[in-house]
Amino acid sequence: MWMELIQPFLSAADAVLSDALAGPVSVSEITMEEEAYRRRALAVMIEISGDIEGRVIFDVEEPVAAHFAAGLTGESEPPADPELLREATAELANLVIGNAVTALNDQGFRFKVHPPVHHSAEEGFRGSEDAEALVMDFSSATGSVHMNVVMRYNRRRRADATL
Amino acid sequence: MNAPQGMCEVCMEQFPALLRSSDRQPVRHLVVDDSVFARRNLARIIESYGGIIAGEAADGCKAISEYDRTTADVVLMDITMPQMEGIEAAERIVRQHPDARIIMVSSVGYQENIVAALQKGARHFVQKPVKAEVLYEVVKYVMGDAAVSVPLTQAGA
Repeated sequence: MWMELIQPFLSAADAVLSDALAGPVSVSEITMEEEAYRRRALAVMIEISGDIEGRVIFDVEEPVAAHFAAGLTGESEPPADPELLREATAELANLVIGNAVTALNDQGFRFKVHPPVHHSAEEGFRGSEDAEALVMDFSSATGSVHMNVVMRYNRRRRADATL
Repeated sequence: MNAPQGMCEVCMEQFPALLRSSDRQPVRHLVVDDSVFARRNLARIIESYGGIIAGEAADGCKAISEYDRTTADVVLMDITMPQMEGIEAAERIVRQHPDARIIMVSSVGYQENIVAALQKGARHFVQKPVKAEVLYEVVKYVMGDAAVSVPLTQAGA
């Protein structure tokens, strides 16, 4: 994956997570992986289509989702309902990915973001030969957030645009 | 002063209340977002300036029927939603109700999206994560002369 695609995700994740979790967030690891993604905790997937196509899996530890949920609702006690925690994960993913694609759009890329889909399988969504996964791990006081990003240029659309 | 039970004492700023100029009643909001947490967050902000929730919807289709039912003063409309997206829902609502005040609220804040929404009849755009002070000012701006702001202590009388 090209750096111009990576940086907006890094910047958006850093800014949004710091704000949403009301505390410092640090990047603990960035790697490229060819192996299939294996779910760790609460996970949602968001698809992107257009000049850039791919998907982002957002995998969040439960305490992080609970902390974020409590902050959004203003309640002192975080929700214990697993469904609500999955909903919170989806909204957190929406915020990060929406801000990242906004930055990419400013660079001239045009695409559509699809609604988040909960991902409950233990694994799946392998990278492909021309698009291995960018894996980013973030650490916060309440736990870790894992992003698994597979993006590639849509060659047909890019070629059409240059005609 | 203690916060109400179950509420966070430090996380929500209080604003002067926004009341409708016509009858001095709270501004009524329709909140449209497929995320229950986004709706709750918006509801919490709305309550911080004395507004009320007239209705909620989780997709564009339901937003249209809820607007028909409530004719809310302000609609806060997400863009990326299942069934029908927010920009199309905004267009349909404005087609039927040209005076509808629709504010798009989305994490996807690129210019094309904003322009498309404004061309379809939305009045403004707020990017997520939503800041309470930003939403307050935008709602106040969109309401224009149809709303007045008064201290919260005078609003509940």
